[in-house]
Amino acid sequence: MTTLIYLGRLADVAGTSEEQLDLPDTIKTTDDLRAWLNTRFSSPTPAFDQSVRIALDSEICVEPASLGTAIEIAFLPPVGGG
Amino acid sequence: MSVLITDAAFDPAEQLRLFTHASKGAGAIVSFTGLVRDTSSTGAVTRLHLQAYDPMTQRGMEDAIDKARGRWPLQTVSIIHRVGDMAPDDPIVFVATASAHRRAAFESADFLMDYLKTEAIFWKKEYTEDSERWIEPRPEDYKDKNRWNS
Repeated sequence: MTTLIYLGRLADVAGTSEEQLDLPDTIKTTDDLRAWLNTRFSSPTPAFDQSVRIALDSEICVEPASLGTAIEIAFLPPVGGG
Repeated sequence: MSVLITDAAFDPAEQLRLFTHASKGAGAIVSFTGLVRDTSSTGAVTRLHLQAYDPMTQRGMEDAIDKARGRWPLQTVSIIHRVGDMAPDDPIVFVATASAHRRAAFESADFLMDYLKTEAIFWKKEYTEDSERWIEPRPEDYKDKNRWNS
């Protein structure tokens, strides 16, 4: 089971800020995951583009990366500043 | 050194009093308080929502304090940052620095605010009477931050 966290505007795209699910076995890398989410949450322009950083268990990863055994995957759109 | 990310309202005057007490012996204290603005380009602001992602947000702010301490001799540093829903005029951020002399205190507080405005891990949604939008840093915010690269 993996927890996906959609931050900022991505929560509007996904319709939730967090979900727990079993990722399909075919999703092994960050590229796979982006493509899968862009299909699941289709919008006129892909929401999970390269401006969105991915954190695996609270660490920003250098992409493309293997998802490995990450239990929490967060999607960080450009930050809005404090 | 302290970093507090909180969904509770705070009183900047009280925080400055506590900070001053904790900075005994410092020759200079500078504090900055940021408030929620009441207008935006799309009208009167009714609400501002801020979201963080811990532990990354906390860690990023602690790293920024470490960088400031590498540049200036600081005795004490405090950052308080709100998350959640805020109304216009609510304090959103408080930064205080204490040092032996004023220049280090002024510059490090300025440096930390530039970090907070551009790199800190927060997402900000602004609500007006008839619209809502996610806000991203302005070009000026990046320009301000780049002053520290030289």
